[in-house]
Amino acid sequence: MTRKQKKILIRVIISAVLLAAVRIINPHGIIAAASYIVPFLVIGWDVLYKAGRNILHGQIFDENFLMSIAATGAFFTGDYTEGAAVMLFYQIGELFQSYAVGKSRKSIASLMDIRPDYANIEVDSHLQQVDPSQVKTGDIIVIKASEKVPLDGIIIEGRSSLDTSAITGESVPRDVYAGDDVISGCINKSGVLRVQVTKEYSESTASRILDLVENASNKKSKSENFISRFSRVYTPVVVILAVMLAVIGGILTKDFSVWIHRALIFLVVSCPCALVISVPLSFFGGIGGASRCGILIKGGNYMDTLSKADVVVFDKTGTLTKGVFNVTAVHPESVSQHQLLETAVLAESYSEHPISRSLRDAYGESPDKSRIGELTELSGRGIKAVIDSHSVLVGNSKLMEEAGVMWHPCHHTGTTVHVAIDGKYEGHIVISDEIKEESADAVKQLKSIGISKTVMLTGDIRKVGENVASRLGIDEVFCELLPEGKVSCLEKLLADKKENSSLVFVGDGLNDAPVLMRADIGMAMGAIGSDAAIEASDVVLMDDNPAKIAASISISKKTLRIVHQNIAFALTVKLLILLLGAIGYAGMWAAVFADVGVSVLAILNAARALNMSEYK
Amino acid sequence: MKKVFNMVDLDCANCAQKMEDAIRKLDGVQFVSVNFLTQKLTLEAKDDVFDAVLKKAVRLCAKVEPDCEIVLK
Repeated sequence: MTRKQKKILIRVIISAVLLAAVRIINPHGIIAAASYIVPFLVIGWDVLYKAGRNILHGQIFDENFLMSIAATGAFFTGDYTEGAAVMLFYQIGELFQSYAVGKSRKSIASLMDIRPDYANIEVDSHLQQVDPSQVKTGDIIVIKASEKVPLDGIIIEGRSSLDTSAITGESVPRDVYAGDDVISGCINKSGVLRVQVTKEYSESTASRILDLVENASNKKSKSENFISRFSRVYTPVVVILAVMLAVIGGILTKDFSVWIHRALIFLVVSCPCALVISVPLSFFGGIGGASRCGILIKGGNYMDTLSKADVVVFDKTGTLTKGVFNVTAVHPESVSQHQLLETAVLAESYSEHPISRSLRDAYGESPDKSRIGELTELSGRGIKAVIDSHSVLVGNSKLMEEAGVMWHPCHHTGTTVHVAIDGKYEGHIVISDEIKEESADAVKQLKSIGISKTVMLTGDIRKVGENVASRLGIDEVFCELLPEGKVSCLEKLLADKKENSSLVFVGDGLNDAPVLMRADIGMAMGAIGSDAAIEASDVVLMDDNPAKIAASISISKKTLRIVHQNIAFALTVKLLILLLGAIGYAGMWAAVFADVGVSVLAILNAARALNMSEYK
Repeated sequence: MKKVFNMVDLDCANCAQKMEDAIRKLDGVQFVSVNFLTQKLTLEAKDDVFDAVLKKAVRLCAKVEPDCEIVLK
């Protein structure tokens, strides 16, 4: 509790004790009024003071003012206990409210506990702690075990494992070695690392994430806009109704004190606080909770849209597939797999083509280049080489045709490298972009949370595209697309989608910025460090796990559900109390509950949005 | 120009809303947000009038909630 809250708590206790004492003594007449006024003032003096001050500033619909009228009104209609108690419970409610909000604010802050406090730099072989914002790019910093990585950089010495969970939501630590990039906000778990800084503090990952999350709460969702419009009219309308109730009821029945009392109930319920606090708090919590799972949602408005997702469109390379080429099959005719691979690697050993590199990676050892004799590269076909005095051809089907080798295609999809030795076909090696392990599950999860259509866009040839799509269970696939083709494809999908639903495009952000921007929600994956992707997208997935797509939609749905619950709950209770109050069935007590009690409950419900650990 | 200011003792969400509404009506304001949860005022206005707008904004906030202080740095 803060000092302010403690002070109020003490006043609440004193006032409650005094009130109970007066009730027990039960004085009569003028002494009663005089003795009840003591607990009333103990608890309510500041509300009365603020009411007077704010009315001088022209704030007629001020909460303090309305509360003061209600409480003093009750007092003057002769209901002393009620007057004092209303003030007492109002203050207790406010206390709870500020405590609950403070608590949620703190837990959001701790979710975002990635801000580095210091960086170690080496000065004359001594370590010195400095403010991370003073470190420049190119400087060398030292990160000891259990310290936070303060700035983005590249490891020049040391090895360790990094806990990246605060940034990516991934709980398995990542092993890093010299030459690897490190991002700020991670925690160094074991060894000492010497890191050369590549980005200044304000450009580093941790501060960019904090910026995004803080700015996110400034971008308001539809529900928040509804609440702010609603709150602008709600208070004046209720106050006017209260006045009408007192005047008309009083004139009709000639019993003013009853109707004034009922009007006072209206004033107590006239603050829209429950909604004004709990709705933004839910979004703030949801965005904070999502960021803890490695999902950055750039605003409450995007949560709105995301929760209505119905079509999910994927880019293939880098999103559903790993975006790196790998040997996926080795099919020799008569030699061993190892021999076939070895022959191909030897022939390709001088090439820097990605395919040659993936062959070398699959082979593992470094080839004995002395075995290679004459070597010619035939562009667009492959390589002709002499290895161990055998004539070897390594390349595509065209090369085989031209040499008159009897080759056959492979049932695997991907790029096929054929090998012939001394004019005899010896088999082929298939190289393809591997599908991520999580992709199939990710697509299944999307289906299970109600996405009605999944679509894949790719620049790859039809055979490869359709194969990937069918293996993952994707509904529709568009292949052989140029970048412009992707945009027009997306336009068509946007036109076809159901009304009031939204379309999500997921890409790696490398060359699909126009598509990211055109979609209802552009989601960039593994975008950490890519400024353009972060700029162009509405949702940023910190790592490249496609399972996060369904998680981000579920988080938005949960947040929106909490928001809708709060709006429905608060409005129902308030309207009910207004109605019952007008016909004399609800008293001051119920009104106080409808005001602060509902606020506290709504805040507690909103706090659930913080907990998104189930989606990690 | 866009600047962010910390607010101290912004105790009521409804007041934050009122401050925001009032500041938005000022001439020269391009964007304003009074964020109760982060206790921050974000103000965007044209460079040449920024200081004048800020001054007015501070006065408006004081009118709504005199206890709340905007930390000008």
